[in-house]
Amino acid sequence: MNSSGGKGSMSTASSSAAWKAVDSVPDQFPAGLRVLVVDDDPTCLIILEKMLRTCSYEVTKCNRAETALAILRENKNGFDIVISDVHMPDMDGFKLLEHIGLEMDLPVIMMSADDGKHVVMKGVTHGACDYLIKPVRMEALKNIWQHVIRKRKNGWKELEQSGSVEEGDRQQKQSEDAEYSSSANEGNWKSSKKRKDDDDETEDRDDTSTLKKPRVVWSVELHQQFVAAVNQLGIDKAVPKKILELMNVPGLTRENVASHLQKYRLYLRRLSGVSPHANNLNNSFMNPQDETFGPLSSVNGLDLQALAAGGQLPAQCLATLQAAALGRSNAKSSIPMPLVDQRNIFSFENPKLRFGEGQQQLMNNNKQVNLLHGIPTTMEPKQLTTSQSIGNINMQVASHGVQSSQNNSSLINMQVAPHGVQSSQNNSALMQMGQPQFAHAPRLPLSLGQPIISNGVAANVSTQNGIRENIRAPGYNPVPQTSSMLNFPMNHASELPGNSFPLGSTPGMSGCISKGTFQEDFNSEIKGSVGFMPSYDIFNDLNQHKPQSWELQNVGMTFDDSRHSNSLQGNLDLSQSVLVQQGFSSGQMSGQNRNAALVSKAMLSAGDSTEPGNPLNASQHLNSLPVDNTIRVKTESVADVTDNLFIDHFGQEDLMSALLKQHQGIAPAENEFDFDGYSLDNIQQDQINGIIRTDE
Amino acid sequence: MARRMLDASNQGLLLQFWLATSSLSKGKTRMDRNRLQHQAASMRRSLFDQGYLDEPFIQLEELQDDASPNFVQEIVTLFYTDSARLIQNIEHALNSRPIDFDKLDDYMHQFKGSSSSIRAKKVTNECTVFREYCSAENAEGCMRSFQQVKQDYAILRRKLEVYLQMVRQAAVSQKA
Repeated sequence: MNSSGGKGSMSTASSSAAWKAVDSVPDQFPAGLRVLVVDDDPTCLIILEKMLRTCSYEVTKCNRAETALAILRENKNGFDIVISDVHMPDMDGFKLLEHIGLEMDLPVIMMSADDGKHVVMKGVTHGACDYLIKPVRMEALKNIWQHVIRKRKNGWKELEQSGSVEEGDRQQKQSEDAEYSSSANEGNWKSSKKRKDDDDETEDRDDTSTLKKPRVVWSVELHQQFVAAVNQLGIDKAVPKKILELMNVPGLTRENVASHLQKYRLYLRRLSGVSPHANNLNNSFMNPQDETFGPLSSVNGLDLQALAAGGQLPAQCLATLQAAALGRSNAKSSIPMPLVDQRNIFSFENPKLRFGEGQQQLMNNNKQVNLLHGIPTTMEPKQLTTSQSIGNINMQVASHGVQSSQNNSSLINMQVAPHGVQSSQNNSALMQMGQPQFAHAPRLPLSLGQPIISNGVAANVSTQNGIRENIRAPGYNPVPQTSSMLNFPMNHASELPGNSFPLGSTPGMSGCISKGTFQEDFNSEIKGSVGFMPSYDIFNDLNQHKPQSWELQNVGMTFDDSRHSNSLQGNLDLSQSVLVQQGFSSGQMSGQNRNAALVSKAMLSAGDSTEPGNPLNASQHLNSLPVDNTIRVKTESVADVTDNLFIDHFGQEDLMSALLKQHQGIAPAENEFDFDGYSLDNIQQDQINGIIRTDE
Repeated sequence: MARRMLDASNQGLLLQFWLATSSLSKGKTRMDRNRLQHQAASMRRSLFDQGYLDEPFIQLEELQDDASPNFVQEIVTLFYTDSARLIQNIEHALNSRPIDFDKLDDYMHQFKGSSSSIRAKKVTNECTVFREYCSAENAEGCMRSFQQVKQDYAILRRKLEVYLQMVRQAAVSQKA
């Protein structure tokens, strides 16, 4: 491992031999990559192990998810990447994916003999960095190292961004420094960052920081203590020294706190775009909606922040969790029923209802950040691994106006759904568009409903990061996208259908739309999404564009890959959706919700066809759908949805406020969303229908 | 049935193989050795041609090296035990009333995963068909499909065993 501490990036304890190889011996890489393989099928496990060994990787295999988690926890820096089967007896592969993402933030590759697009989409939304279809070929395994590099690179970038954002903040700078030094000791992202940092920096730090500092594990409790301390001090006044004092945890150093604080700030920034005041949100989010959420939420909160900061953790997950938590509490569904009945395919009636509520609440709640918080940085979709979480989130979002961000998502969904067919179409269309963009691949469109919304909200708001996250967030990303899509049709009958889709993403979209292409797109998208970040950046800038431009933007954006464009579009949608949702939450949702609901439904049905009773997907869809609608509604306030679409670029704050404003004016906009007004392309509609049908 | 005919041809091949091996003594001639290997290769080819094994199976064979000289055999054996268990489970699930399609689908999914890992094309494809029936909750279709799966699986197993024996013999003869 790292030789003398003086070694630059390699000083971090976490750097594995492989990483060290990267820095010091690039030629060897990816040899020595440490892989953990999890599969209950012994035949497959043995074959995989042999193949990986042939690739010169260091392989550890285990046949149970619990065992894998234990191994990973014991040795947090002991692995570079995890390959896991989807179907396992003791724990769902996606759940494991979630856990890993939250706790260790390692890249995870899912694999399965099942190549249904729903499952693949699930992988996307849950944050898997790739999805392999069995039988796994040697060629596929040869390149898995790219995910490791990519993750580190992105994580590092996240940190960079956060650091640069808080220029004025001396504390930040300090923490950045501290972070860099401590990062060396902690987290993967740190090591990646460190690697990127100048070697001198690292070397200097080596002198000051304890190179061999034992890695600090920010457990849930620790993080909660941290958050409590920060809240007590006030996020603006929270300085590592004081936090450390308040926390009074032996063995914790100021550097640890500083770096964690930085991450946390990033996370908050993502969520709200304003000074993080959403700490409470995090806390509230923590309530575990259900068993699955419980641990996750806490973990999410904890991890998200850290990850968000590091850009590794799917903030979305956190957001989702939070959203979920929020949604739960308010489960009441004041949401217009139309959402529910629009589509029988949607299994989520409740979520829809909730969304309605949530939306309203969202409006009131300026804390959109909440949702967004969850979403920050962790573009990893896996956060929302459990569809349930997504569903919850959606639900919660709907019902809870608390987490504005969440609500947005739910609102979005809701709106989407209720709008019925049209919305669904839009949603699907949007989803598709958005989905491709969101690494999650085809799945997104369908499941976008939920996760997208929340994520979308958060993501959009948080701009790039947000967007990325949206994509990652299983549900979030799709939602916003769909919403936007929906919105388009709504207001601009012709606009969306023709414009939005043709956008660069269209190609991707069409791909998405055509169910068949999902899977292929998925993989590529996933890859694409991973590298998508840059596009998002572009997006943010483009946000300003009106929806029409949205199309152009999308096209213009780095959509070499249709998928990318889709994702971009998705982002736009997301932002818009976010906006929309906000607008909707004010209660106008009825019409919009319907759309959203419809869309969500469509998405749900589409995405869930293979997974009956997977409300989460549905909710996801819903979320995505409503998002679009909401966004549209908002910007136009009545009929000018286009503006919303380009929300991506808006900071979270902007989005929120925009949404809120629009929310006010949503009422009139509601009409917009009437499906009657939808002049969705027949194609889109067909596609949506088709998707739904096939899924069903 | 086509399959039976194929089996006959395979058996013919197998017979030849056994004859060749039995006639071999310690001091095998190079010609004999070559013949054995040739037999093994033919058998192998037939397995591929008939679609029981996929070209990707070669990948598995290639994985075998000095470090794991019996790799193919190991995985095939593993596959046997695992799949036998799954087949039993599926059988049981199919016979119980009411049929639990979710469970069926689950088992079949696992079975599909195993057979695809071993690159057994026919069996894998039939599994897909089964799963479609399963998701449509078509009990009748499931039963029919499962029968096919079992058939294909049985044949695959037979062939694989023969093939492995041939390989072993060829290896032994080579050493001699």
